[in-house]
Amino acid sequence: MYEIELHVNGHVERASVPAGMTLLEFLRDRLALTGAKEGCGIGECGSCTVLLDGKPVTACLVLAVEADGLDVRTIEGEATDGELSALQRAFVDAGAVQCGFCTPGMIMSARGLLLRNPHPSDEEIVEAIAGNLCRCTGYEAILHAIRVVAQQQVEPRTGEAGTKTARLLRNDQSTGGRP
Amino acid sequence: MAERESFVVVGQSVRKVDGVGLVKGKPKFVADVDLSDVLYVKILGSPHAHARIVRIDSSAAAQIPGVIAILTYENTPSTRHTTAGQGYPEPSPYDARMFDTKVRFVGDRVAAVAAETEEAAEEALRAIRVTYEELPAVLSIDEARAEGAPVIHDEGDSTGIYEAARNIVADVDIDVGDVERGFVESDVVVETTCETQYAQHTPIETHVVHSYLDSDDRLVLRTSTQVPFHVRRIVAQTLGIPIQRIRVIKPRVGGGFGTKQEVLLEDIAGWVTLRTGRAAFLSLSRAEEFVAARTRHPMRVRVKLGANKDGVLHAIEMEATSNTGAYGAHGLTVLANTGSKTLPLYNKAKNAHFYGQAVYTNLPVPGAYRGYGATQGYFPLETAMDELSERLGLDPIELRRRNHIRVGETSPIFEKLGEGREGVSQTVKSCELERCIAVGAERIGWREKRGARRREGPWVHGVGMSIMMQGSGIPQIDMAAATIKMNEDGSFNLLVGATDIGTGSDTILAQIAAEVLGVPASRMIVTSSDTDLTPFDVGAYASSTTYVSGMAVQRAAEGVRGQILSVAAPMLKASVESLRLVGEHAVGPAGARVSLAEVCRRAMYSSDQFQIAATASCVPSESPPPFLANFAEVAVDVETGRVKVVHYVAAVDCGVAINPLMAEGQMEGAIVNGIGYALSEEMLFSSTGRVRNPSLFDYKIPGALDVPNLDVILVGSYEPTGPMGAKSVGEIGINGPIPTIANAIYDAVGIRLRRTPFTPERVLEALVCERRPKGER
Repeated sequence: MYEIELHVNGHVERASVPAGMTLLEFLRDRLALTGAKEGCGIGECGSCTVLLDGKPVTACLVLAVEADGLDVRTIEGEATDGELSALQRAFVDAGAVQCGFCTPGMIMSARGLLLRNPHPSDEEIVEAIAGNLCRCTGYEAILHAIRVVAQQQVEPRTGEAGTKTARLLRNDQSTGGRP
Repeated sequence: MAERESFVVVGQSVRKVDGVGLVKGKPKFVADVDLSDVLYVKILGSPHAHARIVRIDSSAAAQIPGVIAILTYENTPSTRHTTAGQGYPEPSPYDARMFDTKVRFVGDRVAAVAAETEEAAEEALRAIRVTYEELPAVLSIDEARAEGAPVIHDEGDSTGIYEAARNIVADVDIDVGDVERGFVESDVVVETTCETQYAQHTPIETHVVHSYLDSDDRLVLRTSTQVPFHVRRIVAQTLGIPIQRIRVIKPRVGGGFGTKQEVLLEDIAGWVTLRTGRAAFLSLSRAEEFVAARTRHPMRVRVKLGANKDGVLHAIEMEATSNTGAYGAHGLTVLANTGSKTLPLYNKAKNAHFYGQAVYTNLPVPGAYRGYGATQGYFPLETAMDELSERLGLDPIELRRRNHIRVGETSPIFEKLGEGREGVSQTVKSCELERCIAVGAERIGWREKRGARRREGPWVHGVGMSIMMQGSGIPQIDMAAATIKMNEDGSFNLLVGATDIGTGSDTILAQIAAEVLGVPASRMIVTSSDTDLTPFDVGAYASSTTYVSGMAVQRAAEGVRGQILSVAAPMLKASVESLRLVGEHAVGPAGARVSLAEVCRRAMYSSDQFQIAATASCVPSESPPPFLANFAEVAVDVETGRVKVVHYVAAVDCGVAINPLMAEGQMEGAIVNGIGYALSEEMLFSSTGRVRNPSLFDYKIPGALDVPNLDVILVGSYEPTGPMGAKSVGEIGINGPIPTIANAIYDAVGIRLRRTPFTPERVLEALVCERRPKGER
């Protein structure tokens, strides 16, 4: 067993863990932070993405002992005092959540991008979530949600009334603006 | 369409009712609870495609510390059943056992271990000694149908198999008019045969179940399922315990797409819990999911079309051979739907014939998969329509315009061919396909791009199109029920058996109820599905939820509305007929109003007290089809064979979209899944029937980098038989990409691809073949 001490969503956590325990197991089984999901266990689906010192990692491929002394941020640390972050709000409003299983990992990948690059290009947004698989949404709504936050405004897309962008704009106007 | 314009909640993209909890990562899924007291269960899969089990020696495994139970055919119930979660009696054969004395595909169940830790369970699996008598394996449709082929289900006690001795699970044959004469009479005849591959749903959450005994010793199954009520019934049947003793709880489900319309793990976890009294947890690894969960039925489908010179179809024939793998789950019904969800689209053909067989092989088990046979049928049908348009010298759009079904019309196929039995006759009451085609053609730039073959280096561009229909539930079979009860703050509990698996059904059902009750959707507290708490519903399949469950919810809400008005009338000294429900109030003719909270408090606490509540059911008498026009612009790299979808346009008529954003989301997800199915997804097998690529690395589903510019256009219509004018939209989108992309590739480079997926190898091979002089092919 190894003694580790790390920061998880701003709290100090000290624990004694076996060498083979993954960070994902540590978060889910020891800390009951079950937002990060296991979809494959071998780093191919991205559902377990968390930030390690601000950088997105697949927690199923990181050992808990590797996180010793580091700062871990999970989906449970994304809202502030129960208030959704702009990213979380955008995901809900854009219809970026269907089953929601990939959502925590997807949001953490997007958060990692925005931390290192607050105004990413479209290509950078796509690249940032290229390792996060989603089988429900077809990614359109997810990319839109991240764009909304990245641009801090929705740029009207040409298209007839009734397309998603147009409707989101209408909703914005009625609710006084998006994040 | 006055009804549409007056909607307040319906037609709005209200927030998903469970969205906030999901973006916060709240513990909503099966595996998100404290599992510290569970027994971990692991399954031993067969290494052989076809073998008899001679002996299982688990004595060494039983000695491993922490091992609590080992399950084999020797100590578990042997009841034959189907794993297909369908209505009762299921139209699938009873050909499966919990554990059998024979294994029929690589990965088939041999034994299971329950242990204190995952490690102990895995060690025990390795310690179980199994002696097999290997049998020759059947690894293709042709081998299954060959004279003297090994018989896969030779056990004798299975029921519901069409002809076990010839490996034939199901046989469907229906006729309209005289198709042979129809072809003779036709001016032009085209014929095409297409083949589709083994492909998998790959929900990001694999199959998973958590079972335990409650304080009354009842078996509780918290399971990731699309069909909680069918799970309860089939587990009771398989384990030989009363339905009364089982409670099935569906928490949030991490995607289904059909693979969770199957009772795959609940029997094993339930048996462990009943035998040991301990909670059990069983979750498939990704590799196990690929090998032992469900897939789409691979098919070979031949389509023959006969048309008159004026471009009107005269005869249409479809012959489908479906590979249903080692077990017959959904074998008959997927096969039947290959015809029933495609042929009525072209109802101008007076002569039609559908013939099909589903055969067993020693390969993984197909089941329900979004599209359910229609996906496989539309590939050759829409390819043949494209070929026919060329032969007739007609624009493909024009050929389809001259032949597709319209409002007020019917097709004899509706009545002849249903869900594995006779169908239900119906007349189309809403169809905006004409407008879908027009809007889609405009958006893709059909006129400028068709035939233009624009080149960019090695990339050649082309455009293709296809049209299709699906259904809304299974008429006169599906049943859904809903209960609504009122609380004294003016909120309501909406209890539905309808099973939200990420589709957003909780939200749209809340919107339907809220519309009737004059409240925002946020005033509905939705509970879906718990067999102890919610009324029956067949579950999430066959594009049934919006149309069938939605109607049950509308009726229940109307019942509650009537009760509210009967309480409010004396309060407002007005007649019931003169009252309306608006903005959480009952409003009288002169504008006098009383809040719903006051109404409920009166009914609950003061006068003529009763619980304002209602339950209602729906068994639909028909299945109105949603309609879809697909357009794709592709680029084909003529040097490497790579195909890129540049732009995809889908214009869909799903009636009134209860929640437009969610309807678009259903379409977008289905289309991208369909693009993966068309271009990259394929389960590969070794010569012994083993899956060679059981990982998300080697089985390529689309990621964010693979998504084209995608336009979904909702073309509104009003379905008079649907709740608030709605039809369903869950499946139809997945049928589009294969034929649309195939037709666009033909437009670009002149090759007809008849086998999916359209990988660079296949495209390049076809290009090389095309370039060769005719005699050398």
